[in-house]
Amino acid sequence: MMDMMRSQTTRKNYRALGGALATAMATALTVTVTVLTVFASPALAATESKMQMTPFKASLKDTPSMQRGAKLFVNYCLSCHSAKFMRYNRMAEDLHIPPALVEKHMLFAAEKIGDPMETTMPADAAEEWFGVAPPDLSLIARLRGPEWLYNYFLTFYLDDNSPSGWNNVVFENVAMPHAMHELQGLQRAVFKTETAADGTQREVLERFEITSPGKMSVAEYRQAAADLTNFLVYLGEPAKLVRIEYGIWVMLFMLVFAGLAYMLKKEYWRDVE
Amino acid sequence: MSLMNWIDRRFPATKVFKEHLSEYYAPKNFNFWYFFGSLAIVMLVLQIVTGVLLAMNYKPDADSAFASVEYIMRDVWGGWFVRYMHSTGASFFFIVIYLHMFRGLLYGSYRNPRELIWIFGMVIYIAMMATAFFGYLLPWGQMSYWGAQVIVNLFDTIPWIGPPLAEWIRGDYVISDITLNRFYALHYLVPFLLAGLVFLHIVALHKVGSNNPDGVEIKRGPKGNRWDANAPADGVPFHPYYTVKDTLGMVVFLAAFFAVVFFMPEMGGYFLEQPNFEPANPLKTPEHIAPVWYFTPYYAILRAVPSFAGTQVWGVLAMFAALVVFFLLPWLDRSSVASMRYKGWMSKLALGIFALSFLALGYLGTRPPTPQLTLLAQVFTLLYFAYFFLMPFYSQLEKTKPVPERLSQ
Repeated sequence: MMDMMRSQTTRKNYRALGGALATAMATALTVTVTVLTVFASPALAATESKMQMTPFKASLKDTPSMQRGAKLFVNYCLSCHSAKFMRYNRMAEDLHIPPALVEKHMLFAAEKIGDPMETTMPADAAEEWFGVAPPDLSLIARLRGPEWLYNYFLTFYLDDNSPSGWNNVVFENVAMPHAMHELQGLQRAVFKTETAADGTQREVLERFEITSPGKMSVAEYRQAAADLTNFLVYLGEPAKLVRIEYGIWVMLFMLVFAGLAYMLKKEYWRDVE
Repeated sequence: MSLMNWIDRRFPATKVFKEHLSEYYAPKNFNFWYFFGSLAIVMLVLQIVTGVLLAMNYKPDADSAFASVEYIMRDVWGGWFVRYMHSTGASFFFIVIYLHMFRGLLYGSYRNPRELIWIFGMVIYIAMMATAFFGYLLPWGQMSYWGAQVIVNLFDTIPWIGPPLAEWIRGDYVISDITLNRFYALHYLVPFLLAGLVFLHIVALHKVGSNNPDGVEIKRGPKGNRWDANAPADGVPFHPYYTVKDTLGMVVFLAAFFAVVFFMPEMGGYFLEQPNFEPANPLKTPEHIAPVWYFTPYYAILRAVPSFAGTQVWGVLAMFAALVVFFLLPWLDRSSVASMRYKGWMSKLALGIFALSFLALGYLGTRPPTPQLTLLAQVFTLLYFAYFFLMPFYSQLEKTKPVPERLSQ
């Protein structure tokens, strides 16, 4: 009798101990979640760039825009960069550009319309001239994202301290000169120093000053940057032109299939109590 | 059916069909959590089929691997669809397996007499991780390359044998063409070993019968149902009852799967990471290297453990311990009941905290480390292990609810 009582008391004590342990675990969890919400966000925000990105959403429905982008790409990018995973005839077909036009106006660096978009600039020479070989641009939109590209095209500025004479706000100390400066014109960047709440100082972009206008107005050049970005998004994943549409059909099929499967299941399970 | 007779005299086709499908009696009260076993088989088959199709156009060569993936994406008819199914399939396979494992924790499916099913399952999980790791190198992008570099370097931290072991795994001093070749060979091999392990998993399951949300053994309950006088009264034939039910589960699951395949195959950089769209460059280390999301809980544990006595091996040991400890589960659970439905509040709280810790570690593993985040990872690592090592105490001491004789409705 005494033994039983003792063991019951011990069990009770252990249960209390277990309860205390569990409560301690729960408390630790709550504290951690609080710490996470309070401290984690500023720590993550520390690596911000010098400017707020101008929002941009690419559109693959705007074929004329992608066609204009293709023209810009061939005229201003392809002389130094390649897009070796894309073939001219695939682009012609996808963007509804007549093959004759492509053959007449776009094949600077290729012989046949079925060729991939290679560049004529030798890679080792390019590395000597720019310090780094211009990367292939086939997948640049998937690597950088459309918004980054759009902002990149808009934020080249003159910089006497850089070897090429150019710099870029979203890609600091970029080796590449502004290929489209004849369109955008020349601009200087004015930076200001901003002091954060915790006393740290950093340089942020205040504004651009156009020192010599280009062939395009500001609005026209923004449209050109959007066109080129749209084209690069297409270039990164040509299948994207069709996959959304296929996806909708697949979803509809799954919906019908799910309805049938549900009715079949219900019919079979009707007699299981 | 003379053809069937001809076959049955030579091969037990009808016998196997009956034993494992039409006369295999499963508890009739399976709920949502019981879809994930059959879904795991669907995913394994999908990965093997799409994988074989990809292998027909992929080149395991450091100079052409990246380009061959883009060739599949652009020039192979339907190639992008097969590739996205495979890349999305890898992530969905892990989602399914994590939910399948959680079901085991929830209803005590690892307990006597199902310890071997659980152990086979854990071996399957580890083999899956190995396959996924080998496969992730194949696209030969920056994250493929540096992710593999980081993981293989883990072996470097083992005292004495570490460096030669890492070199032996790579076949080189760094990840190179040689590594790519052998990872490709292994990536093709392991899924077939997996299929064999799944066979063992199911053979063991059908020997003892399926567990269920009540954790009640239907074989010990009353006998006799509509189909068979000797079968468990609370069982229904797997075919057609669970084949039609699992078909419904499969369709709903595949709808979610195809929504990702067609509408967001990159899944915001979690299924296909952005840096992986740049070809591997051994001379350029990416700013932030993180493994794919399904490895990040373990990666967070690895980083949470500080180096000690001049070696970083402790983090590696902790990471492997986090896997090995699952094997011990059948013997850590000392509760008198199997299912969470009848366990006490301590077990419920512990499982809740464990699931939260796993998710939190998964999130932390994707972030660049900061002192605060590392502290968090340390707390969650402790909670992760506390679930297992305190289980013999809380599972035994808590007050449980009475278990019904038969399945509750």
